[in-house]
Amino acid sequence: MDLVLAKAMPEDKANAERAASNVFAAAQGRLPGAGRIADIRARAFEAYERVGLPHRRVEEWKYTDLRVLMRDVLRLAEPPDASALRRAQAAVEQAAFEGAIKLVLVDGMFAPNLSDVAKLGKGVDVQTLREVLESSASDAMAGLVLSTTTDAMISLNTAMATDGVVVTIAEGKALRRPLHVIHVSTTSSASHFTRSYLHLGDGAHGTVVESFVSAESACGYQANNVMIVLVGNQAGLSHLRVKADAADAVNISSEIIAVGSRAKLNLFDMIRGGAVSRYQDFITLAGEGAELCVNGVNLLMEKQHADTTLVVDHAAPHCVSRQNFRAVVDGAGRSVFQGRIIARPDAQKSDAKLTMRALLLSDQAEADNKPELEIFADDVKCGHGATSGGLDESLLFYLGARGLSENDAQALLIRAFLGEAIEGIANANLRDFATSQTERWFKARR
Amino acid sequence: MPLLEVRNLHVCVEGREILHGLDLTVNAGKVHAIMGPNGSGKSTLSHVITGKPGYQITAGRLLFKGEDLLAMRPDQRAAKGLFLAFQYPVEIPGVTTMNFLRTALNAQRKARGQSGYSTPHFLKKARTAAKQLNIPQSMLKRGVNVGFSGGEKKRNEILQMALFEPDLCILDEIDSGLDIDALRIVADGINAMRSPDRSMIMITHYQRLLNYVVPDVVHVMSKGRVVKSGDKQLALELEASGYAQFEDAA
Repeated sequence: MDLVLAKAMPEDKANAERAASNVFAAAQGRLPGAGRIADIRARAFEAYERVGLPHRRVEEWKYTDLRVLMRDVLRLAEPPDASALRRAQAAVEQAAFEGAIKLVLVDGMFAPNLSDVAKLGKGVDVQTLREVLESSASDAMAGLVLSTTTDAMISLNTAMATDGVVVTIAEGKALRRPLHVIHVSTTSSASHFTRSYLHLGDGAHGTVVESFVSAESACGYQANNVMIVLVGNQAGLSHLRVKADAADAVNISSEIIAVGSRAKLNLFDMIRGGAVSRYQDFITLAGEGAELCVNGVNLLMEKQHADTTLVVDHAAPHCVSRQNFRAVVDGAGRSVFQGRIIARPDAQKSDAKLTMRALLLSDQAEADNKPELEIFADDVKCGHGATSGGLDESLLFYLGARGLSENDAQALLIRAFLGEAIEGIANANLRDFATSQTERWFKARR
Repeated sequence: MPLLEVRNLHVCVEGREILHGLDLTVNAGKVHAIMGPNGSGKSTLSHVITGKPGYQITAGRLLFKGEDLLAMRPDQRAAKGLFLAFQYPVEIPGVTTMNFLRTALNAQRKARGQSGYSTPHFLKKARTAAKQLNIPQSMLKRGVNVGFSGGEKKRNEILQMALFEPDLCILDEIDSGLDIDALRIVADGINAMRSPDRSMIMITHYQRLLNYVVPDVVHVMSKGRVVKSGDKQLALELEASGYAQFEDAA
């Protein structure tokens, strides 16, 4: 980089990039994979460095300016030691989803002793990213897992990912127990990166829950997670994610998903913790007749910032997508929903609907809802709606006149508001789990 | 001691005075009817008694069972035994009627230091009360008033009154929007609730309701005051002669 450019660059950006540069250099030797893998990482890091942390002039990141919210990329977290794993265990128990097979990642490293790999049945294969990247036999797989996009945070993840889970579910296999991927942070003032992969073969069915939690006393960490998901033809996946990070943490999760012909994906994204949280899901309805149902809930207070950004790409005919998001924002919280629906020229008979509603509980609360349609096919049915506002005073008075305190009346109305999104979860156990997670938010708010 | 005592009540909305020194006394066990033309302040009175925000009380007293109502929040008034059947009951999507009824009833009981009803006990009570009002069970599973007809909404108000067993019921135009059959069901529900310890204030434009629920006392309101009180004969006179005669008296 020449001197003139460096001078013209805002100081923050320059600092951030220097920090990131050091982070990548310092992490060499900790990043699994040599040869071709190391090349992919180096190129990904160059791609990241060219643009740096996303900021408000990058359209997709307009409302979540990481130059301001993150400032820089922190040093890579140390692999967890025995004491970190003990603290992680308590957090894992708190987060547990009953009956599920746990796959636990602590500070970016797979933790076999906290996981239930032995309980996996036939037809389900779980490897760690580390194993895949270090085995020369799975070179093709490595390339697939590390596939990337133009998004800076995904490029950074490609460069820095230390571990992850690589899950393949065989053709026709129906998972009897849900998989629960639990990301635990025990570290403070450090970053960690995981890259995972989930493949459901044709006709396979399963439930995958993902939780993002922190161990006691972990603070100020930055988590960056990417998962690549392939849902085979006529396969069915229920996927629920909950971010419940430490109050001053940053957590950016990206998911790149392809849904096959007549396959069904039921996805739910919840944010109820962290200082800065973002889901960015890039979903391609790749096969004819694929069905997608995404629901999401952002629950915010104090100065929390939560962003759920989806790109739903109808790339084949006769696909259906339903998106339904709810935000409840208290304090000086800020909720962002961005939903872009694309209907490609071939995607005739696309049927897409997107609804985003925000409930603002204080004068400082903010919600930014941005629905977008990009329609290239002529025979489609696409619609969107976005609203934001406070609780209805006349409803509050009615409930008060029936004996409910202001707090209880508010809570009843908020639960009903959230229920509209939670009802979209197809699996009853996942629905109960989502409800219990929202109850934790109510408890924290009191 | 009267159950409700309103003395020299002055109420403003956005700086404009609506009630100009209203007096009203309701004794235990009595059914009062308040009649009067549009804009005479009838609904304002019901809102102020139950504590709806947006009204400034600039003078006067409001006592319920001898206690100052103006110092209580709406939920505290409800727990004390005050009930308003709304002229326009609100719709609450996503909250089933059954859940709403139970939450409200148990909140009131809790505020009074009583234990909450168990689910089976509550369900039995609610189903029995619903049956008497010709409310189908399926309605109880729907969102509160969501998709209910005008008549169903009013019956739902009476159902709540029957479950909460308040000491003072204010019925704000409970007869509006009801056909003759629905009016009879609602009136039967109200009559079934009459008792020596329970009082009612029925706000209405029309004599018709009073054929079904016969009041002990009838008041005429005009321009923010009670201008005349009498027995049920007064309502019949009004029906014949209209409200115009009172416009000057006020």
